[in-house]
Amino acid sequence: MFADTLPDDSATGYVAAAYLVFLAILLIYLAIMGVRIMRMGRDLTELDDVVRERKAAEAEAEAGAGEPSEQEGQVV
Amino acid sequence: MYGKGLRGLSVATIVAVVGAFALVAFYAPMDADQGFRQKIFYLHVPMAIVALLGFIFGGLLAIQHLRTRDPKWDLRSYVAIHISLILAVGVLITGAIWAKTSWGVWWVWDEATLVSFLIVFLLYATYTPMRFAIEDRERQARYASVFAITAGAFVPICFGAVRAQQTPIHPHTFGSGDLPGPMWLTFLVSLGAMALLYYTLYRFEIATKLARGRLSSLRRQLLDDDAPVLRRSAAPTL
Repeated sequence: MFADTLPDDSATGYVAAAYLVFLAILLIYLAIMGVRIMRMGRDLTELDDVVRERKAAEAEAEAGAGEPSEQEGQVV
Repeated sequence: MYGKGLRGLSVATIVAVVGAFALVAFYAPMDADQGFRQKIFYLHVPMAIVALLGFIFGGLLAIQHLRTRDPKWDLRSYVAIHISLILAVGVLITGAIWAKTSWGVWWVWDEATLVSFLIVFLLYATYTPMRFAIEDRERQARYASVFAITAGAFVPICFGAVRAQQTPIHPHTFGSGDLPGPMWLTFLVSLGAMALLYYTLYRFEIATKLARGRLSSLRRQLLDDDAPVLRRSAAPTL
């Protein structure tokens, strides 16, 4: 069956080029989308760091508020 | 959330494209007249049909945008035209390759099918710069929708006129009636695969743009940045 479709003229290179162009366009598009998704991932990491820093600061503030100060600790 | 169902769609697209290429390589018989170079037909013609239908699809989505003024329709119209434009680049290149092997030249200016497709391509090539030129997002979306509708209506008129010409050099896919069964089957599978690929890329880009918009919104909220991002862009934002 494959023998029936084997090229018998000089067009093989052109046919291969046409299909490779299609694949190249597809790959370039996917690469661009990949870069965009990577950038989104970087932004997400940055936002994640901001949230973590804020939580840590809040926890520190809460811990600071819970501990009695030196004056509060003195018995009158 | 945005990419719901995309995994299955991507797998189906890969299977369909690989299946179509396999049919082209192993099943479709060699054309008696054109020989091996006819195999470009299974790539070039489906890509052209899907690109042109995508332009019309973009126009229909733009109508919905003008009716509802909902920016999500503008985004859909923008993405539909964007993907069609990418396919149109492929159509022009594969068409030129076929012309070189068949006619001995890369381009023929006397051929209405080629020139009309180039005109449609150049028309849509102005779509993104036009969007970029308008700073106000609401006005940008409105003008882009009017453009998409007008250009989308131009596509079938243009190709109807071209098909009506009496002495075409460029082969006509439909209406010749001499395409054998295996060739038709291969062509239809290729067309289906190309349509599926278009839809997958369309969904993929929509999902990415929505996620990007949500991320920007989250960033503004977290960093207490009340001012909206005024960076000029051709892509719509929600």
